[in-house]
Amino acid sequence: MEPKEIFEKVQARFGEAAVELQEEGFRPAFLVVAPEKVREIGRFLRDDPAMKFDSLMCLSGVDYPDRFAVAYHLHSLAIGHRIGVKVYLPKEAPSLPSVDEVWPAANFQEREAFDLFGIVFEGSWDLRRILLPEDWEGHPLRKDYKYPEFYHGIKV
Amino acid sequence: MSHDSTRISPAPVLAPGTLGPEAHVMVGNADKFINWCRRSSLWYLLFATACCGIELMQAGASRYDLDRFGAVFRATPRQSDLMIVAGTITHKMAERLVRLYEQMPDPKYVISMGSCANTGGPFYKDSYCVVKGVDLLVPVDVYVPGCPPRPEALIDGIIKLQKIIDQKKNFAAKA
Repeated sequence: MEPKEIFEKVQARFGEAAVELQEEGFRPAFLVVAPEKVREIGRFLRDDPAMKFDSLMCLSGVDYPDRFAVAYHLHSLAIGHRIGVKVYLPKEAPSLPSVDEVWPAANFQEREAFDLFGIVFEGSWDLRRILLPEDWEGHPLRKDYKYPEFYHGIKV
Repeated sequence: MSHDSTRISPAPVLAPGTLGPEAHVMVGNADKFINWCRRSSLWYLLFATACCGIELMQAGASRYDLDRFGAVFRATPRQSDLMIVAGTITHKMAERLVRLYEQMPDPKYVISMGSCANTGGPFYKDSYCVVKGVDLLVPVDVYVPGCPPRPEALIDGIIKLQKIIDQKKNFAAKA
């Protein structure tokens, strides 16, 4: 299916929640959707017989100067097409629903985005730090992150 | 059947001051003996956290055969004399490394293998998670440079460590 058709299908079902389609310069093309609807849209993309996006290839956090984003790369093993889904979040307290009940593989990647960007995935069944120690302060991949001078008495 | 034929005949009586085949006495320097024992059985703890671990395995395998120096790998710190830190140490790992080091029985030695363990290597600048040198955590005896060092370099490091052990004075008078 072409990205345009997918976007129209999502727009027909969710209306305002499908914000725009980013096609120029993106591969795959990205559907920009509203954060609060991302789980429902994910389930729709997975279950619709014409789309069958059964594989979440990648979930990434992005820190733009004025906002955060979470990007989902989806692939359909059954049909062989792919699409991206993107969600923009505010700088203050970024949070969005978790998609780990749609694609269980999302859990580790959501934990990574939480660990390094501080993006909170609501309703996740296990949202803890995954790479850094439990008692680490701050989220290091944020652009405004200040390195600590010492960690447990060892110079950083 | 008589067992008499299998009996060892009594040692011949020798003149005082001569050493016969039965004399199990060796006179020497105790320091030298102890150091020889220690340097000839450097069992090392497997501590492979990055690509240096591959070279460490290679050094232990048949081609380079670290066993011929008495160095064999152990999977537990309780049986190890030497810790070869082969790889990048993160702050999360640092705690575990120090705990493993403390579990090793004395005397214990540390070889820091490769750039990451020596100084943080490619992560020296701009890394929040990598410890900039394992010597910030535990005392290091020998540094082996390289990224990663070849097995020859590691063997050279072990021979250097053996030379260090050879110079130890175990019975020196306390100052």
